[in-house]
Amino acid sequence: MGGGDTAGRLVRPFALTGGRTRPSRADFTLITTVTAVDPPPTWATRPQPEHQRILRRCAEPIAVAELAALLDLPVSVVVIMLCDLLEAGRITLRPPHPVSRNQDMNLLQKVRDGLGRL
Amino acid sequence: MADSDTITRSAPDTVKILIAGGFGVGKTTMVGSVSEIAPLRTEERLTSAGLGVDDLEGIEEKKATTVALDFGRITIGEDLVLYLFGTPGQQRFWFMWNDLALGALGAVVLIDVRRPETSFAAIDFFERRDIPFVVAVNGFYGEHPYPPEEIRDALALPEHVQVLLCDARERGSCRDVLIALLDQLIASAVQSDGGGRLTPGGP
Ligand SMILES: Nc1nc2c(ncn2[C@@H]2O[C@H](COP(=O)(O)OP(=O)(O)OP(=O)(O)O)[C@@H](O)[C@H]2O)c(=O)[nH]1
Ligand SMILES: [Mg+2]
Repeated sequence: MGGGDTAGRLVRPFALTGGRTRPSRADFTLITTVTAVDPPPTWATRPQPEHQRILRRCAEPIAVAELAALLDLPVSVVVIMLCDLLEAGRITLRPPHPVSRNQDMNLLQKVRDGLGRL
Repeated sequence: MADSDTITRSAPDTVKILIAGGFGVGKTTMVGSVSEIAPLRTEERLTSAGLGVDDLEGIEEKKATTVALDFGRITIGEDLVLYLFGTPGQQRFWFMWNDLALGALGAVVLIDVRRPETSFAAIDFFERRDIPFVVAVNGFYGEHPYPPEEIRDALALPEHVQVLLCDARERGSCRDVLIALLDQLIASAVQSDGGGRLTPGGP
């Protein structure tokens, strides 16, 4: 709700971040964790309301899927905005634990033990 | 607390497990039973880009489809969180499991004991891609007319795939299914440590 009419004006700072490589949507899986950078970088500009909503939600680390569910927005839409925020230095991200054919025994054991405590 | 580059200090490591199976077999119910949060629902836009011709069979819209995903969360520890994703049950969306399956530890294939055939596609999917899975038979009304071995035979499952009887509405029962999956993963990791890669379902 609200802010739709001001969006055009505020989009500009994000369009002007030139130079740096644009983050790819592939950087964001459903279980990639994002966290707002606090305090924001000195060169940060005022984010749009939608971006601000995201920043508030990721003051604490949160997974992309959870963020989308809480904001009631499609994952693809959230990811586009997260790309903007990453590019603007407003968030950091942590990729999921890599899973390979030869799985990491420590990790498996840790998950197993955690489930055992449920 | 100053700069860390892209990796955040307090963000946990994350892993996921898929809860798959046919339409209405109890996937969302299972996610809800073990999750520490009520199952969340989100929409994901998926494209068929990168799929083989075979995979596209039966899919009318070849560009993009929006599907709903249910998921839950289990905090394993301060630094590790497990997510459970219920795959969309409708058969015409199964192609999206490709994206979802990427990076998963493994899967639970849920079967409705009254109509097991609705989960055949899920079993095929994970077998073909060599993604480890266990089969959990949801008894609906707590009834289990067939012993696990009979179900294994009927489904022609290889010996290393565990078959469990469960009640998707019960937390303890669902937890045991997940533990069985982890035990199976650990067993095959041990085996491949000791030389010789496992070839599940192979010749
Ligand atoms: N009696 C009984 N009902 C169940 C059980 N598991 C699920 N149900 C019910 O069956 C219906 C379908 O369950 P869901 O958990 O939504 O199934 P699903 O696999 O997520 O369904 P889709 O996502 O639509 O494919 C719901 O009304 C559940 O309450 C069970 O073990 N016993
Ligand atoms: Mg469901």
